[in-house]
Amino acid sequence: MSEATGGGLKSWLTTTDHKRIGLLYFWTAFAFFLVGGVEALVIRLQLAHPDGHLVGAETYNQLFTMHGTTMIFLALMPLGSSFFNYIVPLQIGARDVAFPRLNAFSYWVFLFGGLLLNASWFAGPLFHAGVLNVAPDAGWFGYANLTERQYSPGPNIDFWLLGLQILGISSLAAGFNFVVTILNLRAPGLKMMRLPTFSWMTLVTNFLIITAFPVITVGLLFLMFDRFFGTHFYVREAGATPVLWQHLFWLFGHPEVYILILPAMGIVSDVLPTFSRKPLFGYTVVVYSGILIGFMGWGVWSHHMFSVGLGPIADSVFAATTMLIAVPTGVKIFNWIATLWGGDIRGTTALHFAVGFIAMFIIGGLSGVSHASPPADLQQTDSYYVVAHIHYVFFGGTIFGLFAGIYYWWPKMTGRLLDETLGKVHFWLQFIGMNLAFFPMHFIGLLGMPRRVYTYSPDLGVSDLNLVSTIGALLIGLSILILVANLWRSRTHGAPASNDPWGGATLEWGIPSPPPPYNFSVIPTVESRLPRWRTERHGPMKDPPARPPAPIHMPGGSWWPIVAAFGLPVMALAPLTHTLWVVFVGAAILLFGIYRWAFEPFEV
Amino acid sequence: MPRLRFWLLTAALTISGCGGPYPQSTLHPRSDFGRAVDHLFTDIFWWAAGVFVVVEALLVIVLIRFRHREGRPAPKPTHGHTVLEIAWTLAPAVILVFVAVPTVRTIFATAGDAPADALRVEVTGHQWWWEYKYPDLGITTANEMHVPVGRPVQVAITSADVIHSFWAPALGGKRDAIPGHVNRIAFRADAVGDYSGQCAEFCGASHANMRLRVLVDADSVFQAWVKTEQGGPAAPATGSLAARGKEVFLHSPCLACHTIQGVSPGVIGPNLTHVGSRGTIAGAIFPNDSAHLASWIADAPSLKPGSLMTRMKPPLTDPDIAALVAYLQSLK
Repeated sequence: MSEATGGGLKSWLTTTDHKRIGLLYFWTAFAFFLVGGVEALVIRLQLAHPDGHLVGAETYNQLFTMHGTTMIFLALMPLGSSFFNYIVPLQIGARDVAFPRLNAFSYWVFLFGGLLLNASWFAGPLFHAGVLNVAPDAGWFGYANLTERQYSPGPNIDFWLLGLQILGISSLAAGFNFVVTILNLRAPGLKMMRLPTFSWMTLVTNFLIITAFPVITVGLLFLMFDRFFGTHFYVREAGATPVLWQHLFWLFGHPEVYILILPAMGIVSDVLPTFSRKPLFGYTVVVYSGILIGFMGWGVWSHHMFSVGLGPIADSVFAATTMLIAVPTGVKIFNWIATLWGGDIRGTTALHFAVGFIAMFIIGGLSGVSHASPPADLQQTDSYYVVAHIHYVFFGGTIFGLFAGIYYWWPKMTGRLLDETLGKVHFWLQFIGMNLAFFPMHFIGLLGMPRRVYTYSPDLGVSDLNLVSTIGALLIGLSILILVANLWRSRTHGAPASNDPWGGATLEWGIPSPPPPYNFSVIPTVESRLPRWRTERHGPMKDPPARPPAPIHMPGGSWWPIVAAFGLPVMALAPLTHTLWVVFVGAAILLFGIYRWAFEPFEV
Repeated sequence: MPRLRFWLLTAALTISGCGGPYPQSTLHPRSDFGRAVDHLFTDIFWWAAGVFVVVEALLVIVLIRFRHREGRPAPKPTHGHTVLEIAWTLAPAVILVFVAVPTVRTIFATAGDAPADALRVEVTGHQWWWEYKYPDLGITTANEMHVPVGRPVQVAITSADVIHSFWAPALGGKRDAIPGHVNRIAFRADAVGDYSGQCAEFCGASHANMRLRVLVDADSVFQAWVKTEQGGPAAPATGSLAARGKEVFLHSPCLACHTIQGVSPGVIGPNLTHVGSRGTIAGAIFPNDSAHLASWIADAPSLKPGSLMTRMKPPLTDPDIAALVAYLQSLK
């Protein structure tokens, strides 16, 4: 057995075990989720009353920028990754991902990128800025030309673009890893159309990641050249147009929306069958709608730009493609309801969150149709109506889905069950809180309050609605504290989990909780879509034996992924501080790490 | 139908304790453009409300009817149903046709240019105020746009620095103000009134303080306003406080940025030729009274974060500021 099974700091720093990396992703992303949540609470406290002055304009602008950036890139995406890491190899009957060291590299790059971004909260003195916080302040989609040096001279935007570039490397490396893993490491007999839905949606998501991230990489590279080397990609005075940024950003940004929602849809598609004791209704249709959404997500980006004035033809075309994407989404929802129909529905916390996902995502989808219509969108875009929409999709959708995943797979990941009573209190508080927080925002927006304003006039008539929204946000905060307590409590007081506490149909429930380092004592052979359930043609499969019949060789840990990853933030310090030689130090660390990694002996 | 939705919304707002009026509401359109958008949104709202009720009800019914009960036999393992799949693929598609057709119709109906006799206004966004030029009338003003009721207006929107978005909700949808591009909206206002709006695209530190007003005037009032604006600035009476204020103005950095016709040529900040006749200052965030004007002149950035109008070095004395205020207020 390798050192990766032992405890100790070294074993975590050098681990290449997908399960440990999954846990690292989980706790890191969860910590960033709390940071993003605190930022949201400060925003809501500022807006609780008109003419609020809890924080100033500059700090407020940093708060909403970092809230959006943190939640999307540092919390929701990596929470999804934590399940890709931990669960997908178990669902496909593999011993690890295809490239375990690359997997560790992805995690460390993500951690360093996230820390670099958040260091901007305290980096002011380094730049003689006269303030403590020099965090990014141009919104999570950072529209050029506001982000040009001329209009944002400080280090704020530098932190943002360098942080996102680093995070993009992490996402791309992980994306290739999971595509290869799912395509190549499936157990014998696990044909593509027998793949569990969560693994299917993981595959689609990672295809989107490897195709969408290069686009924002290019966009950010242009911005970086503009800011550091005096090029003019987005500079009007040089004959360019800042609208180029919007096309590049949203060409990435809309697939990104599906990168965030598809994993949650996959989780829901796994949780509902387990707790209604029925196979997923219309498995083929659900899988193909997921694939279709992945493709169609590429043809809708300009619906974020209806107020730009692209002309009636372009507006009509993008309205039509956007409305079309509602069809496969609706099909999924009907199939989920049909899965529950006729079932024996057990109201576990995981099921509560999965059903909450459906109920809330419908609202986000319907408000989405209302701004798929360009003339209507001209009143809605950049108002609080859109803020309501994005939160029904990402909070009501993605977060409810991911939380269903936490309650569902936590026993598998830790060997301890979460407390169901606390779980249901958490669910109801969060459900009520989110509707109090986000539903009034529809009215706030329709009554004319734009998004991204640090203050508003009492004359608008939206003061009471804003107060209600703030109360809702505080309730959400309370509900998250209950989740934290439940997770913490489970470490020592959680009931020990058996291999299969829920009666699941897929492979991960046939092995111990938590699984041994090698996952499967014997690689299973899969004969049906629901291998562990009795179906018309198959009996339930035999779970792998408790002890491996033959010794299993697992690769040991490696220092080189973390070393190579560390080179990237060091390189980023060079442009941040305008110090050329630093880039060579960073590049040397990166290349040294990769070199040693490439020639690392197999047996460590 | 629109009335019912109005009452539903009003009921919701009453329950939450809000009264009104809502000066920036998108739901109280006061122009042809605004009404076209509102009709379309009303249609979509009802389709969405219908779908919402049906699907959520179905979900609740399923959850109640098929909840776990002791002794319930194991569920039948159904895998799918082709006819059902086709049905619930077609149903949303058909509904979307009913949304898409009026959508495209409204896109083209609201995209056209205004008739040739329309009043032309050129809007330029600046960090963080609005400049309005009336090219046919030779007028330049800031933050408060005047238009006549019942006459078509063609607004051409651009920006002098970063991207902004011009939004006066009662009069119609917003359009981005993009440097190097010109966007157009056209509307005909229905009713005389004072409609507020503000920049909708995040544009830097004081985005929240980039507000605007559109004053829809009766025709005679509008003509009188045009006449005043076309005239030169009022000349302060010799020996008055305002006359001393003009001297202060001419010996301060003010003139480098602000135009007062025949007095100073600056073009960085708002044109002040008739600033005394405006109801608000500083991007329509403060009333145009002596107190606000004085503190604005003394220290603009503390009232409006990031303001390009910096504190003056050396600072103006209080008597100088008082004189300057008197002068600016005399510029009607």
